[in-house]
Amino acid sequence: MGMVRYIANKFFYMIVSLFVLISATFFLMKAIPGDPFTSEKAVPPEIKAHLYEQYGLDKPLYHQYFKYLGDIAQGDLGVSMKRLNQDVTHLIGQTFSASLKLGVVAIIVSVIVGVILGMLAALYHRKFIDSAAMVLAVLGIAVPSFVVASLLQYVFAYKFSIFPVSGFKGPMYYFLPVAALSAQPIAFIARLTRSSMLEVLHADYIKTAKAKGLSWMAILSRHVLRNGILPIVTYMGPMTANIVTGSVVIEQIFGIGGIGKQFVEAISVRDYTLIMGITIFYGILLMVARFITDIAYVLVDPRIKLTGGKEG
Amino acid sequence: MKKSKSLLLMIAMVLVIGTALAGCGGNNANKGNNAAATNAAGNEGSTNTGTATGDEKLAADQTLRVNLSAEPPTFDPAQAQDNQAHTVLQTMYEGLTHVNAETGQAEPGIAEKWDVSTDGLVYTFHLRDAQWSNGDPVEAADFVRAWKRVLDPATAPAAPYAYQLYYLKNGEEYNTKKVTDFSQVGVKAVDAKTLEVTLKSPTPYFLGLLSFYTYYPVHKSVEGNAKWAISKDTMIVDGPYTLTEWTTGQSIQVTKNEKYWDAASIKLSKIDFTLVNSGATELLSYKNGELDRAGNPNGEIPSEQLPMVKKELPNEFVSKGIASTYYYEFNITEKPFSNAKIRKALAMAINRQVLIDNVTKGGQLPAFGYVPPGIAGADGEYRTAVKDSYFTEDVEQAKTLLAEGLKEEGLTALPPVELSYNTSENHKKIALAIADMWKNNLGITVNTVNQEWAVFIENRQHQNYQIARAGWVADYNDPMTFMDMWVTGGGNNDTGYANPEYDKLIADAKASSDLAKRQEDFAAAEKMLIQDDMVILPIYYYTNNSLTKEYLKGVTTDFSGAVDFTRAYLLEH
Amino acid sequence: MASDKNMSSLDANLKPEDFQKIGIDEKQAEVIQRESLSAWKDSLERLRQNKMAMTALVVLGLIVLAALIGPLFSKYNYYSNDLVNSNQPPSSEHWFGTDDLGRDIFVRTWYGARISLIVGLAAAAIDLLIGVIYGGIMGFFGGRVDNIMNKISEVLYSIPYLLVVILLLVVMEPSLFTIIVALTITGWITMSWIVRGEIMQLKNREFVLASRSMGAGSKRLLFRHLLPNAVGPIIVTITLSVPNAIFAEAFLSFLGLGVQAPIASLGSMISDSLTGWMYYPWRFLFPAILISLTMLSFNIFGDGLRDALDPKLKK
Repeated sequence: MGMVRYIANKFFYMIVSLFVLISATFFLMKAIPGDPFTSEKAVPPEIKAHLYEQYGLDKPLYHQYFKYLGDIAQGDLGVSMKRLNQDVTHLIGQTFSASLKLGVVAIIVSVIVGVILGMLAALYHRKFIDSAAMVLAVLGIAVPSFVVASLLQYVFAYKFSIFPVSGFKGPMYYFLPVAALSAQPIAFIARLTRSSMLEVLHADYIKTAKAKGLSWMAILSRHVLRNGILPIVTYMGPMTANIVTGSVVIEQIFGIGGIGKQFVEAISVRDYTLIMGITIFYGILLMVARFITDIAYVLVDPRIKLTGGKEG
Repeated sequence: MKKSKSLLLMIAMVLVIGTALAGCGGNNANKGNNAAATNAAGNEGSTNTGTATGDEKLAADQTLRVNLSAEPPTFDPAQAQDNQAHTVLQTMYEGLTHVNAETGQAEPGIAEKWDVSTDGLVYTFHLRDAQWSNGDPVEAADFVRAWKRVLDPATAPAAPYAYQLYYLKNGEEYNTKKVTDFSQVGVKAVDAKTLEVTLKSPTPYFLGLLSFYTYYPVHKSVEGNAKWAISKDTMIVDGPYTLTEWTTGQSIQVTKNEKYWDAASIKLSKIDFTLVNSGATELLSYKNGELDRAGNPNGEIPSEQLPMVKKELPNEFVSKGIASTYYYEFNITEKPFSNAKIRKALAMAINRQVLIDNVTKGGQLPAFGYVPPGIAGADGEYRTAVKDSYFTEDVEQAKTLLAEGLKEEGLTALPPVELSYNTSENHKKIALAIADMWKNNLGITVNTVNQEWAVFIENRQHQNYQIARAGWVADYNDPMTFMDMWVTGGGNNDTGYANPEYDKLIADAKASSDLAKRQEDFAAAEKMLIQDDMVILPIYYYTNNSLTKEYLKGVTTDFSGAVDFTRAYLLEH
Repeated sequence: MASDKNMSSLDANLKPEDFQKIGIDEKQAEVIQRESLSAWKDSLERLRQNKMAMTALVVLGLIVLAALIGPLFSKYNYYSNDLVNSNQPPSSEHWFGTDDLGRDIFVRTWYGARISLIVGLAAAAIDLLIGVIYGGIMGFFGGRVDNIMNKISEVLYSIPYLLVVILLLVVMEPSLFTIIVALTITGWITMSWIVRGEIMQLKNREFVLASRSMGAGSKRLLFRHLLPNAVGPIIVTITLSVPNAIFAEAFLSFLGLGVQAPIASLGSMISDSLTGWMYYPWRFLFPAILISLTMLSFNIFGDGLRDALDPKLKK
């Protein structure tokens, strides 16, 4: 089975699942009480009727749904219903850029720190370093991210004035949010690395390699790391999509205009087009990340074969 | 060996990048410090303009940094409907009048002077020689265009605040398509500099209304360009500042408009708005010197920290009453709250002062009426003339009333009551405290129900609740903005209250231009609303709690708590 | 060997009559000398030897116990207000101090721990059940089955979580059960992916091939060979799903959609105290320490369990 066929197949499935995602989200969203024009100071019914008419909300639900599908098919995400006349794509672009920058740095930090911690723990299994590395890693998941973020902010921004409290205007603004954002992935990666490396270290082929007199470095990089990294690869896909699509908590606490914060706001004001736009964007991102994960699996572990449709 | 080398290389690279990043950061911080140093050292001679008194020295850098807790969804005055947009729009636009925050009186804005007909129906405005930011003159036609946009049912999307212009003759009729010819609407450009406005009925507060954003003029370039209000390049304005930067979710910046007619009295060169929606973060940023002002109305000091902030920063903290009321609404269409005695019992069984001192902590005023202090009456404040002594807190009497009410309803005990509020730390605390007071004082079981904002609003507007939290902010400076809510079938009357006598009092007040008579009508109506029927349960009158750095001067807030930064300036610090 | 004792005297003068033929005792060939241990007994033994893990288990036990009986030791309840005595530091009257409504933090902390544990354990159990079955099937059958099931989980994972939660809270009565349902609706997916990845990797291993060639059916392969070998990562994931669920509830509390007040959970207590923790550290510290201790114990115990269960780590 060729790579082209494999990718084409995956692509087909991706389109189908996107369609399901769009449909599910669309009806879910409409099922929730409230609409973009719900406000504490009630808008008079005549004006509300105008608004519904202009946004097509007066039409039956199936009509709105097919109209939306038609627009999407033409690649049109529409304009926001709350942020008047602003294109959904423009809004996503602006807020995603902040989340992406922050997310990429956080992923790099998490993988490096996590893998190193996990490796150290596995290599010095049941020794002090193991415990120390694991306690350090566990602390990352033992404290909720909003606590980590608030503490970091108070201590390093306010008490010691090393970093700014809020905003996103330059390199100095990265440190605290990145630290808060990577605490949990570091812990997860370190633990997965340790767990799967321990397994690999006891495998026969490692003993064989040792017996053959291969250098420790060669064993580590060629055998241990390569095999031990598989579960991390599984985790990496969703993690990347998760981190890159922004953390509401971190963005809220550090006052960063990221896509996570925007999404929560869009949901809260029922900005239908923006909710759909971000959902689709997030869905595609996640699917691509999972696709790359699958490819990465094949590259890392030659025993796994590409299976497009049927099992050979 | 090759693989291991590449691994090491990767690790090394990352470490290098990390160090470089840290290095950059360090440099940046140094730069910041240097900049601060130059600022401090280099401000001699450059600042002697304006009205600063002898011992006040203006800072060299006149950039004001403030926060907005929510991003304004639009800068189109016809579409705006929130106080965040108000704050920013006020820096960019000027209407016919603007309201002096101190006196509450309308003062000339774009209109230099005006004449009012004796029946109070026709206003003739004479515009001054003002310019748009692109140099075009501001003309009467710009107002006509703007108001037509607001009222035109074909405007896409429809202006949600169009009803703010229903004071104009045929304004409502044109908006609801009963009149299709705009020339019948009460606004006319007599000539380039003269605007004639005809009202539906005499409206004593009309001049104040004109300072509201829905009444702002718009430049002719907005026609045919739906996206004009989202780009700094197409926003042509007539106010003290122009939009120079807008990054979604991040920041908004306005810069002094040299074409503004009163540019000489504008001292700030820029206003930087950050968009942080966490009160705790905003406060920390302020304390850390990243903001010059924090707190209401555009942000919020967490109530937890209010007592400490008052103590730590006594010279910067200001608490000021504003014309807004916090109250609970009863759904009076369903048992048991269809019974006025039961409603009264609940209102009397709360200790408002204890609630304010220990829960809200913002120095709010206990409310026993609906119209808050700060709203103008016939002569001075309405609340001063008409005392809100409609009921007192009295647990014993509350118990008696509850017993009587239950008997009337044929009940032996009050079934568990549901008290709903929309998601917010403060609403939650208040609801829990009040529920506990009712439980202790009256022995009733209260379930507090937290609802997501839009769900809550939908439920309340569809009378799908028993008791719900509410708050009302004045739209304009007149008791009418509070009182006309409760007329039968009113758009914001979520209680189901329908009282023909009440309706008549409000209708009379609307038709009258006799201030004393109107005040009497309002007083009678409010007595009916609270003392007789207890349709709503007043809790407190809001305060604005804010922090202002001592070097920041000239920031004003009006009766409703809206803040005006346009005339602010920064002293050397 | 029977003649072991003579081995030491090899240099002695040996005569032919010292030797006798014993032949092959068929019965002895299969006898296992070491005491027979079942896999579970063996694991248990190794777990018992792991001091860190046992300490964690004891701590967890204590936390559960305190969550159950802690509130009984105080005369206060978790919901009654005492506004005049709000935000009081710890004293002999209120051991952990009081919160913003004057409620006793000692009682609320243990009560909150109870709620958090219920939420965490229930959600993790459901995640485990659905995740292992779903992920196992995906990984084992591969091909089209995998593709479709994988896509379904992906779609579910992509549906905006917050929308689902808001709708659930509207449709269902606001209760603990609703929160647990909300947490598990997407919570199991991560577990299923981990299992899938493991199975995909394991199913091409030699021992699986061997078993398959000896005629083992799918069920036997999956439950006797693949899943037991994937138990390490599964346990690591469970020990993370409990804290994840507890934190997810805390996150919902942060957004104001967590358990209904005045019910306390550790997460909601922390998020309530977050805006003023620098002034009222006790309101923040006790629940935060308890939540961290719970997490720490879960994780350390999970690690120990993992080491103990993994047959490949036998010394």
